[in-house]
Amino acid sequence: MISLLDCFFYSISSMLVASSLAVILVRHPVRAALFLVLSFVMAAMLWMLLEAEFLSLVLIFVYVGAIMTLFLFVIMMLPAEESLSWKKWRGFPFALLLFALLLSLLFYMLKHSLLLGASASPADTTSTYTNTQAIGHILYTQYALPFEMIGILLLVAMVAAIMLTFRGRRVDAKGQCINKQVRASKQDQLKLVNIPSEGEKG
Amino acid sequence: MLEAWLTLIWIVIKILLIILPLMGAVAYLTLAERKIIGRMQARMGPNRAGLFGVLQPLADGLKLLCKEIILPSSANRFLFIVSPILVLAPALAVWAVIPFSEGLVLANINAGVLYLLAMTSLGVYGILIAGWSSNSKYAFYGSMRAAAQVISYEISMGFALAGVLLASGSMNLSQIVLRQAGGVWHWFVIPLFPLFFVYWVSAIAETNRAPFDVAEGESEIVAGFHVEYSGMGFAIFFLAEYANMIFVSTLAVLLFFGGWLSPFEGIPILGKWFAWMPGIIWLLAKISLFLFLYLWLRATFPRYRYDQIMRLGWKILIPLSLLWVIVVALFVYYHVGIWFA
Repeated sequence: MISLLDCFFYSISSMLVASSLAVILVRHPVRAALFLVLSFVMAAMLWMLLEAEFLSLVLIFVYVGAIMTLFLFVIMMLPAEESLSWKKWRGFPFALLLFALLLSLLFYMLKHSLLLGASASPADTTSTYTNTQAIGHILYTQYALPFEMIGILLLVAMVAAIMLTFRGRRVDAKGQCINKQVRASKQDQLKLVNIPSEGEKG
Repeated sequence: MLEAWLTLIWIVIKILLIILPLMGAVAYLTLAERKIIGRMQARMGPNRAGLFGVLQPLADGLKLLCKEIILPSSANRFLFIVSPILVLAPALAVWAVIPFSEGLVLANINAGVLYLLAMTSLGVYGILIAGWSSNSKYAFYGSMRAAAQVISYEISMGFALAGVLLASGSMNLSQIVLRQAGGVWHWFVIPLFPLFFVYWVSAIAETNRAPFDVAEGESEIVAGFHVEYSGMGFAIFFLAEYANMIFVSTLAVLLFFGGWLSPFEGIPILGKWFAWMPGIIWLLAKISLFLFLYLWLRATFPRYRYDQIMRLGWKILIPLSLLWVIVVALFVYYHVGIWFA
């Protein structure tokens, strides 16, 4: 007897696999990006099935809502036709090697873990704890130092990205002086002119 | 098995009980907007269809339903049709976790605020795809502007919500409201006023409404991302926009203004007089105030320039919200005032 949860699990994961395949097989970059969005959503739903609601919603919020939007933003600016068609097979041997490596890693992991015996439905956790609180407790006590370090690392990466693209202030760059704009008053912007009327006709 | 079906049917009925009044509210919000802005500009507003124009939304809806749906010849057909749906779906999905009164909520989930953040961040996809798939430069400009704006303001909005989470110690919307019980002076708007300001400004920007409506910008890029849409596709974009306005106002009420709680709670005489009033009426009254504020702002302010919007978002709202999140954390830590006792 397949339970409803199993049903959900298999349909969601097959859609996840299908959409992930579509990401690399679809020719058009925008469509590939949209399939990537779909696979993120499916992964989030899998997490939701495992009752990891925090991870699931954060995946949607961060990856789907922010990162993929920026991705799409950039990809949409690309010209549609010429992408992906050139020299399609050049990296193929390398890709095959990478694929074999990842696959063997996956099998190794599966063999040495309990995952093979696990079912699709999560261990029944009664709702005495919330996922968010549990993650927060671990993140700010046990893993506080690595967590802060990742934050600093990201900050450094951000500063580096800005430094790489910042080419110094151009001399002739046009900018606005906000103070000056705010301080502008009616007296120095507006001139009231009194024009004598031409008189009424007839 | 029968029980499961009955539960399912009951849930569908509950969903309809939320969505149908919402659609009605959207229809009459458009009328209210035209009437109120009309009055603010010393005009009458629509007054021909029915008494005082009360049938105007129905007439508009009927007109849009009957109009021909035009598919631009070089548009990406599938995405062109899908994108209005992608805009509307998150706008409706957010209502699942909104509590209308104590216990009156479709899904009382613990990660309510997180769910709202996730859903509202999805809305921009429809806009982006609409602009791209219509294969028109104005639509594309519109969607680019919308995407940049929504991404920028999502950050400050997220910090504003994080401040509320800190103050209430819960992500469950019902519990956030109940934390504010005990009278007007217990509402979060008092200790969190800067965050409320940040939230409200970013909310207007997120819904792409005036004065942050550069994504539509009639005078510059015709109508922005939905310039190629006609008939029902166009109507669905509008439906989603107004549903989002109502949602954002509701969230402001729930997070900062005590949700369904009576403002006269704890006041000696008035509190007793209004004790019989069901919570949902207070909620609706407060939401209406915020919707009026929306229209008032639209009638008052001219459209921001694009660079001004970015400056306001990144250089003013984000630092302000960051600062106040720290202040709130200190409030909570030192149990300041009646709010964090």
